[in-house]
Amino acid sequence: MTQLDGIVKPKTKRSKRFLQSREPKLVENIKNAMLIKGGNTSQVVTQALKDIHSLKKPNAVLYKKKNITRPFEDQTSLEFFSKKSDCSLFVFGSHNKKRPNNLVFGRMFDFHVLDMFELGIENYLSLEDFKNAKFPEGTKPMLIFAGDLFDTDNEHRRLKSLLVDFFRGPTVPCVRLSGLEHVLHFTALDGKIFLRSYRVLLKKSGCRTPRIELEEIGPSFDFSLRRVHLASDDLYKKAHKQPKQLKPKKKKNISHDAFGTKYGRLHMQKQDLSKLQTRKMKGLRKRRGEVTEEEHGSPKKAKSD
Amino acid sequence: MAACSIEDVLAKVEKDEAEILKNITVHKELELEFDIGNLAAFDKNPADVGLFRKHKKEEFLRSLARDNTQLLINEMWKLPTERVQEAVVAKLPEPHTRLPREKPLPKPRPPTKWEEFAKLKGIPKKKKTNLVWDDVHKEWRRRWGYKRAKDDTKDWLIEVPESADPNEDQFARRLKAKNERVAKNELNRLKNIARGQKVSVQVPPKDQSKAELGKAMQLARISTASVGKFQDKLPKEKPTRTVGKKRSFQPLIGDFNMEKQRQLDLLKVMENKKPRMNVTRAVNRQMREEDAEAARHKKEGRRGGKGGKKKGRGGGGKGRGGPKSKKHHGK
Repeated sequence: MTQLDGIVKPKTKRSKRFLQSREPKLVENIKNAMLIKGGNTSQVVTQALKDIHSLKKPNAVLYKKKNITRPFEDQTSLEFFSKKSDCSLFVFGSHNKKRPNNLVFGRMFDFHVLDMFELGIENYLSLEDFKNAKFPEGTKPMLIFAGDLFDTDNEHRRLKSLLVDFFRGPTVPCVRLSGLEHVLHFTALDGKIFLRSYRVLLKKSGCRTPRIELEEIGPSFDFSLRRVHLASDDLYKKAHKQPKQLKPKKKKNISHDAFGTKYGRLHMQKQDLSKLQTRKMKGLRKRRGEVTEEEHGSPKKAKSD
Repeated sequence: MAACSIEDVLAKVEKDEAEILKNITVHKELELEFDIGNLAAFDKNPADVGLFRKHKKEEFLRSLARDNTQLLINEMWKLPTERVQEAVVAKLPEPHTRLPREKPLPKPRPPTKWEEFAKLKGIPKKKKTNLVWDDVHKEWRRRWGYKRAKDDTKDWLIEVPESADPNEDQFARRLKAKNERVAKNELNRLKNIARGQKVSVQVPPKDQSKAELGKAMQLARISTASVGKFQDKLPKEKPTRTVGKKRSFQPLIGDFNMEKQRQLDLLKVMENKKPRMNVTRAVNRQMREEDAEAARHKKEGRRGGKGGKKKGRGGGGKGRGGPKSKKHHGK
């Protein structure tokens, strides 16, 4: 009786935990990435996938075998892999005559492809080409996007969103300041997108904030944007839906104006003027067991004037 | 002199400060946008393509990256910090770049049948305490589970009720009842799951064949209080083959002639059960047999001599005699 119309009841605690870890959650875990090799890949593409894997490491799966599939034509196999390895980000690398050294960056929502960007590698230097110290694994990188295209062009804007999603790592409440070691710099310029990766060297500047020097550690890519698949508006909107429980609660009587100044409205109860303390005088002192009308009335009068 | 020196000192301090600040300040035409929660910065300034082409490409990109990183780091160092195990930790605000979710929002569990009913009737949920007073042991015990209060499985003696069969095992009866309750509960649980799933899948089956549709229509037609007797027919509707015929009976008293005829017909049918003789076939068969016999006699006569011959002729030979009394059952 454990199985009924495709409902599988987990038989062990361990499998139950596993299934729970894959259920939709209110606060989601970090998105995992899968790196897939296509039917034909060049040395450049293979190395690039390896490098992206090492940038993204604890949250990435590098597929070792070839998978003959074309993401822009048929997405079913990608969706299958996504379900299998519980990954919602993917990079698909391929190489052919028409599109040499091709990387397809994409993301999924509910195991369906949301958007995909095909980037051709024009110039590439791998992690190993730079002979210097790298950053420790799992470092949360700083992401910098430069170029007005990332703000004006719709496709670039979406690409920016995807790249932030891809490389941002875990969301954390606080960060060790000296641990900010890695910068990924994306520049949209001259019809290309330059991805550079630097190690941050904090130098003394004489004040509290350090002076920054950068040392390139690789990988470095010069990408050209090829084909693009954007999600339909309603699916994109659906994917951005925020749970009600996580929305910040509206606080009553607090407003902000255009400059960010905070305004509050207070509601006071009407003051009981009869209990107001006026100037103390010997003559007005309350005597025991004596409550006169004069005593009640006098402070009111004084205030109303 | 003293005043002069103070001015000098102030000027020097100012100059020093300016120099220090020069180390870490970067001038940009448009200010950067930050999403500190994601450690991200967005530089909207259009990059200088001319400078990019003229300079060495890598140098240009590196200097751009340095400036932007410096700005981001400046912003990071403004955050409130605290010390956690000899490390200076900055508190990050919530990231404000909206990113799509990985999976859709978790759906609330569909209500069980009881919950639906309770809601309809306005029955509130009651929280039961974990511990209850056990009168036998004079102590607080768990309501359920191991060492529970009023545990009827631990009885060593059960009174046989008057109405019960004295030979029945009361322990076995209790155990059986318990098992049945458990099974019923499990069944209800599964039913609730099934019902919950059906709510989400409320799509009618898409492709029904013509025959299935016809059947469904036929069923719908006769599903009335009067079994579809007063249901209108469609124009040019064909009578369905699947529909059953109702038996109709003759009136008990009425036309006697017809009744007699019916009885006779019935008798005829019963007669039919007995095999009747087919006269032509029987005659033919008889003739064939006689012919065959005659032919045999002839043969014997040639072999045996005169006597045989004569005898054969006397026997009738090739006579066309009438049918004998011997009956052949026609088929």
